[in-house]
Amino acid sequence: MRAGNLSTLLKSGAIWGFIIAELIFFSVAGEFLSLSDKAFMDVDNMLLLLKQSAPIGIIAVGMTIVMINGNIDLSVGAIFALSAVILLDSMTWPIFASLGNWVIPVSWALALLTGVVLGAINGVIVWKTGVDAFIVTLGAMLGFRGLVFMFNGENPTSHLNWALVDFAEAQFLGLHTATWFLLLVTGVLWYVMRHTVHGRNAYAIGDNREAAVNAGIRVGPHILINFMIIGFLAALSAVVFYSESGSVNPNDGQLYELWVITAVVLGGTKLTGGAGSILSTLGGVLAIQLLRKGLGHIGADTETVNLVIGLILIAVLLLDRQLNIKGKEALKT
Amino acid sequence: MTDQTPALRLEGIIKTFPGVRALDGVSFAVMPGEVHALMGENGAGKSTLMKVLGGIHQPDAGQIIVGQVPTKMTSPLQAKSKGIVFIHQELSLADELSVAENIYLGALPKRALGRVDWPTLYAQTDAILQKLKVGFDARTRVGDLSIANQQMVEIARALTVDAKAVIFDEPTASLTDAEKVVLFDVIADLKTRGVGIIYISHRMEEIFKITDRISVLRDGQYRGTLETANTNEAEVTQLMIGRALDLTRAARQHEFGEMALEVRGLSCGKLFQDVSFTLQRGEVLGFYGLVGAGRTEIAETLFGLRDPSGGKIFLDGVETKISSPADAISKGISLVPEDRKAQGLVLGMNCKDNMTLPQVSDLKAGPFVAEGAEIAIFDQYRDRLDIRTPGWKQLVGNLSGGNQQKIVIGKWLSMHPNVLIVDEPTRGIDVGSKSEIHNLIRSLAAQGYAIIVISSEMPEVLHVSDRIVAMYAGRVMRTFTCDEVTEDNLIQAISGISIEIGT
Repeated sequence: MRAGNLSTLLKSGAIWGFIIAELIFFSVAGEFLSLSDKAFMDVDNMLLLLKQSAPIGIIAVGMTIVMINGNIDLSVGAIFALSAVILLDSMTWPIFASLGNWVIPVSWALALLTGVVLGAINGVIVWKTGVDAFIVTLGAMLGFRGLVFMFNGENPTSHLNWALVDFAEAQFLGLHTATWFLLLVTGVLWYVMRHTVHGRNAYAIGDNREAAVNAGIRVGPHILINFMIIGFLAALSAVVFYSESGSVNPNDGQLYELWVITAVVLGGTKLTGGAGSILSTLGGVLAIQLLRKGLGHIGADTETVNLVIGLILIAVLLLDRQLNIKGKEALKT
Repeated sequence: MTDQTPALRLEGIIKTFPGVRALDGVSFAVMPGEVHALMGENGAGKSTLMKVLGGIHQPDAGQIIVGQVPTKMTSPLQAKSKGIVFIHQELSLADELSVAENIYLGALPKRALGRVDWPTLYAQTDAILQKLKVGFDARTRVGDLSIANQQMVEIARALTVDAKAVIFDEPTASLTDAEKVVLFDVIADLKTRGVGIIYISHRMEEIFKITDRISVLRDGQYRGTLETANTNEAEVTQLMIGRALDLTRAARQHEFGEMALEVRGLSCGKLFQDVSFTLQRGEVLGFYGLVGAGRTEIAETLFGLRDPSGGKIFLDGVETKISSPADAISKGISLVPEDRKAQGLVLGMNCKDNMTLPQVSDLKAGPFVAEGAEIAIFDQYRDRLDIRTPGWKQLVGNLSGGNQQKIVIGKWLSMHPNVLIVDEPTRGIDVGSKSEIHNLIRSLAAQGYAIIVISSEMPEVLHVSDRIVAMYAGRVMRTFTCDEVTEDNLIQAISGISIEIGT
């Protein structure tokens, strides 16, 4: 209707424009700076990039729902690690010894259940106590991580099942198993947020919680479900990743919450809730992965990568603010 | 009103909060097809009563009878399912969602697997919107609508359920006159369909225009019900505040001091253009116009919150640029903003701290705040403005609207301003305190302050102003002296009609 349309278009398309810019930049810069002869946009390289995006990406999609809801979950990295420990350790439990390779679905189910339960713990506390999700999940982040260390001390938990590794390394229509999981999760949750009552209610609650309560939406249970979804997805991410690697360190998944939130924010989801898009989050995940990989490609070290990503995040938020300012509300501060 | 059974009846409702008996045996009934006004000063118990009715509070005693069925209201959802619908004063909409999603919030039509049934949703919504004759459709994003249209969305929501009673809580607070006409049409339509309507408002003209009966609360007690046709404003006011209220125009002095402020051709983008006026010491200049006419934006520009795109500002005859609120304050311009709670006060701070906020950095004893000096300032203005509070330690959030407004005014007076701008001086303030604020403004003018009053209430503007600037769509249509202004020519001017008459 108003000037809103252009800025909306700019915002929803911005992340994809940014990705294209990254691809062009790294392809060109790679020609001059890269030590390898391979082009940056080599097919194998891109497929690998998608696969590597999956662990963060699967969680980020879930984080988008929680953040649209007006909450946040800082405990995803710890849930990721604890689910991974359950996944690998349960395969060696004596009670499952007779199952042979059928232990795989059982362990998967146990790991996913772990994620759902941990998410439910967060959700119930947020619902019943009314304490801010930031604080609750900050506590959970420390607490769940503590459980990981209690499990096996400082030692890694390892178990390699070759049938599982074969599955995880498989490629179907060229895409790796992990990539398929990422695409599937994105597709399903995109549909949920766009076309189901639960999804639309998530926007309403994040946008105007009081209105949602007055309209008779049961906000508490709704929030609980979303925490269970993100717990499930953090566990799914662990399942996908550790099926292949077969060894989890007690420190694994640390800082995942920050990478995930960075990707979600880069994709345009508001920290205050009420607005955001699953597809744009996927864009945010890919943009970050491209940046890490691309900067590595042209020879930058990890520190530089982090610095650049930090600067870009701030630049994006600044840009977003500029686009959001409407003449009417823009009072000087 | 010929129907024997009330649509909604309250009997002996008692609600006690710690230390306060908020409702003390309130009973009244709304007939189907009746518009029933509920009046009372702020704190009289209207909002508590509505919360009891809406299932947010449980009454300690008494019952709510919907039709003939005694009903316990346990939640907003349950109240809605019983056909009790609220149109809230503060809009409760989700900006990012479409009109349709907002209207059916909490009750979106579903298909299998919890999917939203979009075709049904849009069809049902458009059918309702057509009845309301609004100029937007079901798919419009609510954040893109004007406040008035957003209110229409709230009203549309009420039409989706089989409403027995609809409660309007100050529905016209942010509506223009044209939009009010549409609202009153909607209310008339609800009436013919046998819906009982409770209409809460402070505005007498509206009450007398559209209601059938008026019930009055005072101090949590039911004070009686009057037939609108057989009563008058004075009687209602007397019932509300226990005394008569004077809203006639105050006698005017016509001799003002020297020129305090002159504005020539001031513009700010699309918000307002080519605005010129003068203001002398001892004068109250009223700004009247519809919502969106640019009045508040002029005040914000004078206070340094916006950069003008053109024009000149003269303070005491000297051309000045005002770059920020801090700059405005140092040049003696003060703004009492429109939204007291959001823009004027820090509700969690006490009375003294609020009052000395702009000058606390000047009130120092060494590196510390000189609390004695602060308290002295507070005491001085408490006495001068007759602020009723137990003491300076009282949190501002606990004061009544009128006393809060006096704290804001006191805050700026203590800065000794040359020009005091008051935006909507009595918004959300009860009738009794309104006239106090009006008298305060007049007496400040008599003491030589130059005052700008922006108001959406015509009686208020006519009552307090020496001259009135009528604005329409960002332009000054005409400046009236208080001798030449009438309600008719003022309305014409702010509707943009006076162009033909010539100014």
